[in-house]
Amino acid sequence: MSAPALADERLAPTSLVRRLLGRPELGAVVGAAAVFVFFSFAADSFLRASSLSTILYSASTIGIMAVPVALLMIGGEFDLSAGVMVTTSALISSMFSYQMTANVWVGVLVSLLITLAIGFFNGFMLTRTKLPSFIITLGTFLMLTGLNLGFTKLISGSVSTKTIADMEGFTSARALFASQWNVGSVTLKVTILWWLALVAVATWILLRTRAGNWIFAVGGGADAARATGVPVVKTRIGLYMGVALCAWISGQHILFSFDVVQSGEGVGNEFLYIIAAVIGGCLMTGGYGSAIGSAVGAFIFGMTSNGIVYAQWNPDWFKFFLGAMLLLATLLNAWVRKRAEAK
Amino acid sequence: MTVNDTSAVTVKDATALVRLTDVSKYYGNIRALQGVSLEVSAGEITCVLGDNGAGKSTLIKIIAGLHRHDSGSFEIEGEETVLANPRAALDHGIATVYQDLAVVPLMPVWRNFFLGSEPTRGRGPLRRLDVDLMRETTRAELLRMGIDLRDVDQPIGTLSGGERQCVAIARAVYFGAKVLVLDEPTAALGVKQSGVVLKYVAAARDAGLGVVLITHNPHHAHLVGDRFVLLKRGAMAGSHTRDSITLDELTRQMAGGSELDELSHELERVAESGPDRPSGTTRTPRDDTTR
Repeated sequence: MSAPALADERLAPTSLVRRLLGRPELGAVVGAAAVFVFFSFAADSFLRASSLSTILYSASTIGIMAVPVALLMIGGEFDLSAGVMVTTSALISSMFSYQMTANVWVGVLVSLLITLAIGFFNGFMLTRTKLPSFIITLGTFLMLTGLNLGFTKLISGSVSTKTIADMEGFTSARALFASQWNVGSVTLKVTILWWLALVAVATWILLRTRAGNWIFAVGGGADAARATGVPVVKTRIGLYMGVALCAWISGQHILFSFDVVQSGEGVGNEFLYIIAAVIGGCLMTGGYGSAIGSAVGAFIFGMTSNGIVYAQWNPDWFKFFLGAMLLLATLLNAWVRKRAEAK
Repeated sequence: MTVNDTSAVTVKDATALVRLTDVSKYYGNIRALQGVSLEVSAGEITCVLGDNGAGKSTLIKIIAGLHRHDSGSFEIEGEETVLANPRAALDHGIATVYQDLAVVPLMPVWRNFFLGSEPTRGRGPLRRLDVDLMRETTRAELLRMGIDLRDVDQPIGTLSGGERQCVAIARAVYFGAKVLVLDEPTAALGVKQSGVVLKYVAAARDAGLGVVLITHNPHHAHLVGDRFVLLKRGAMAGSHTRDSITLDELTRQMAGGSELDELSHELERVAESGPDRPSGTTRTPRDDTTR
């Protein structure tokens, strides 16, 4: 800030605390610190480097999808098909490569195109029919779930795909989507890099590009956005294609880590992405939130899901923690919104 | 559909920025607007007056490019035009400030100011918002029009109604509007704030803009207007220039003249039957304190 030559007497000096209160990520950061401290005491092995790398890995698998889901939510929409779309994307590249005995990369690219087309379909249907995104993507979710199982059984004869580990291009594709490095006793997986890169790119888009301004506007007031000339339809379709792009990344990771894909996977994960975004400060009603927040939300997910194991508790408790955290985060968000909209 | 009156076209005034001739709009079988004509020239304020449901909103939406007219002609600077969307209207230099102001309450003032027309710098993947320019311009433009904003980073929803109105008008003026369409800019404002907004409107006119001022307040309209178009139940109820109508006559026509007389008789009757009023409507001091 430039030196206030003409100090405004109406502008009280904003304390650091007040400024932090205005950040969407605040609730998530406080929550993450609390969960971290809690499990540090509750589980002896929680603070070991190897545990932390496991936590980071599981946070990254959710986080990669939580980023575009957060952007979509800031844009005022949901995508219930995000979870199964990951599986769809993995199935397509695996089965295409296997059936065509093509280079694995061909399957990977075909999968990219088809997954993006699914995202386009979601966005197009939404903007064309003006139905709630809940209904549109619930439909896509069910259709993809059925297609995943149906096609896999039809083509592979079982509920999982055949291994493609011995096929051409597999090694290089694995290097990109599923490589890992051992640093001492710690194993770092490449998804963590994908995750951090996506958070950085999404934050850049949100805060420093026209598209970002449009995303906030479309979610915070679609009519106002349209009236000022913002391409509302393109923005919405773009957001759904962003979800599809990340579903493709996530799907390729699953394929190249395990060689085979289980066709029933992914169901229910869409809620984990939404939870991470909401804990991270995204308003369910749109117009407010951040990509960094979604990363913190995903990190909380990673700490909780693994911390319960390290503390040697019954993992049944995990869902309770997740639910309580979601409620707290939503309450905090509602309070923030009230403050921001106070006339 | 009505056939265009060709004789009206031949006598057109070349200086009119926007001219509607015999424009109609239907929503299904509902007639929202029929046979409305209006024109606005540079450096002129055309007021559209009408009660609720008179068709003011429909008219504004046609000029702003949100709706297409079903018949009649819509000329911009003498050229027959059909606006496909609000963007097209903006490209023709028609900026509309809506009653809801077309602002996104949760977004900062500076992001709202440039919404839809954000300046960028850099190229390719480094193409980014020129945030410093956006912040500074917002602050300077508002200051230039007399609004000293506390903080351009605050969500626009935290500003007062008058301030938001002024931001919206300043935005339209900054983006080089030739025609400024204002939808009830003083409707929700107090006397003093209305005065500020009207001063702005006059300032915009003096800067050479054509202004279409939609209002149901004849006092505000007569203060600044050069032309007056009266709407009633979707149709034209009168069209006057400033010289040809007094404030009293404007008020009378606007209120429906004879309907107003009738209303005043009715009110007198109600006053006479005062003792019959239900007791529940009497206000006690408690009403004010327990609200």
